[in-house]
Amino acid sequence: MKYFIPLQILMLLAIAVPSFGQFYDDPANHDCLKCHSQQTYSFHNDMMDTEEKRLMNPYLIIDTLRLRTGVHQNFDCTDCHSFDYTTYPHAASLKLEPMMTCLDCHAGDESFAKYEFEKIDEEVNKSIHRQSFGDNFTCSKCHDQHYYSTTARTSSSIMEIVENSNDMCLSCHNDMKRFSLVSGDTKAGVGTIHDWLPNQELHFKHVRCIECHTAVEDDLMVSHNILAKEEAVRRCAECHSANSLLKASLYKYQNLQERAEDGTALGMLSNENYVIGSHQIPILKTISLIIFFAAFAGIIIHVIFRIIIKKK
Amino acid sequence: MSSENKIYFYPLWLRIWHGINALGIILLIVTGISMNSGFEESLISFKLIITVHNYAGVIITLNYLLFLFGNFFTSNKKFYIVKPKNFLKRPMKQAYYYAWGMFHGMKAPYPLSEKRKFNPLQKYTYIAVMYLVVPLVIISGIGLMFPELIFNKIYNISGVLITAVTHSAMGFFISIFLIVHLYIASIGKSPLDNFRSIVNGWHHV
Repeated sequence: MKYFIPLQILMLLAIAVPSFGQFYDDPANHDCLKCHSQQTYSFHNDMMDTEEKRLMNPYLIIDTLRLRTGVHQNFDCTDCHSFDYTTYPHAASLKLEPMMTCLDCHAGDESFAKYEFEKIDEEVNKSIHRQSFGDNFTCSKCHDQHYYSTTARTSSSIMEIVENSNDMCLSCHNDMKRFSLVSGDTKAGVGTIHDWLPNQELHFKHVRCIECHTAVEDDLMVSHNILAKEEAVRRCAECHSANSLLKASLYKYQNLQERAEDGTALGMLSNENYVIGSHQIPILKTISLIIFFAAFAGIIIHVIFRIIIKKK
Repeated sequence: MSSENKIYFYPLWLRIWHGINALGIILLIVTGISMNSGFEESLISFKLIITVHNYAGVIITLNYLLFLFGNFFTSNKKFYIVKPKNFLKRPMKQAYYYAWGMFHGMKAPYPLSEKRKFNPLQKYTYIAVMYLVVPLVIISGIGLMFPELIFNKIYNISGVLITAVTHSAMGFFISIFLIVHLYIASIGKSPLDNFRSIVNGWHHV
């Protein structure tokens, strides 16, 4: 028993020490990455007894820099992919084996409870993606397991969060090849589809696609129930008015997040988050303009009378 | 304290408070309007506008404590006491004077004296602004700075929205108050007389 605590510390160290990208520190000598991080790969062709160099399929090239910053940086390739991939040429049957899905690890685990994977799964099941494409529409269609980072939770820049979120949508919706994987058709570009949207560029830079294309769930940080295009928000007033869909959860979350990072008084005062008030409610805006102009007109009239009286 | 038609109306602490308040409120109004309008292109960056608004808000809040302290512990509080007699008639009479009487040779119904620093209309407005509108703008501002204090939903409407609208509406009332306050201040012995008074403390009667 007396060795219990030192033993625990030793075990923790054993887990912690090699945990930073230990598998990917040296891609050139990694079993998989020595080929899959390169444009070309070389191998010995036993059948012909020759050394060969071939082009790597661009879709199978891994960006090792991003891999080392992703949430799964501590996993080796074969933790998720079949161990049989360690031999080359890879057996053709491996391609038909089912891949690990996110919920295989993340579902029902208390340590991931705060991410609400089960709730997300329920929402995805209701979404147009799952409704139209069934179980083939897996998490990884949007969330690349190799590079995924929790930007929405960790970034202090709303612009970065928006960009990161929209990139997930655009990776298919702005790429006909990937889009045709799930839909089988081609379609007009995102820009053309959103022709009707005023200040399109500004909206795309500052607003996540999901703000208009999902059913908002108050208790889920990011709504995953992507709606059919007919149900997307198209009325300006939905956001630029009362009870805005955009404001509350993101404002609260960002504000608390920034305080967690810099809790000093100066840090709090430099908090860049803001929320628009009366301009969200058109009737208040109208009333405020009426009051303003009435006060202004009253003063002008009063000044005129004062000048007239003084001249007399 | 008085001498030759002059009364020492505004002690030093009050003038300092008023000066800080004036500058702070103007900054808050300008930055507040910029934030509500969402102008991205302006002389100073949008981020700086938000930071200035935060700093000015905290300074005005601390300054408000100075006002409360001064009004509780000095004789200045007596000017804010409302008499129940003719509760509505008195401010109406003053309003009538501003709107009609002063152009028809009527004398000010409530001339200022050592006992009366504010006319009834002025007193009521100051009480409403300083004890209702300003506290509300401060409380809602604290709510926006610490959103965890805000209720998630109030009758299915986002608590953040209600707080933001309250903050913005109260800010608007303060802006209107400022415009009218500045204008009414120009109705003195001369248009600039009252402005001089709040700087040197002496009011001409």
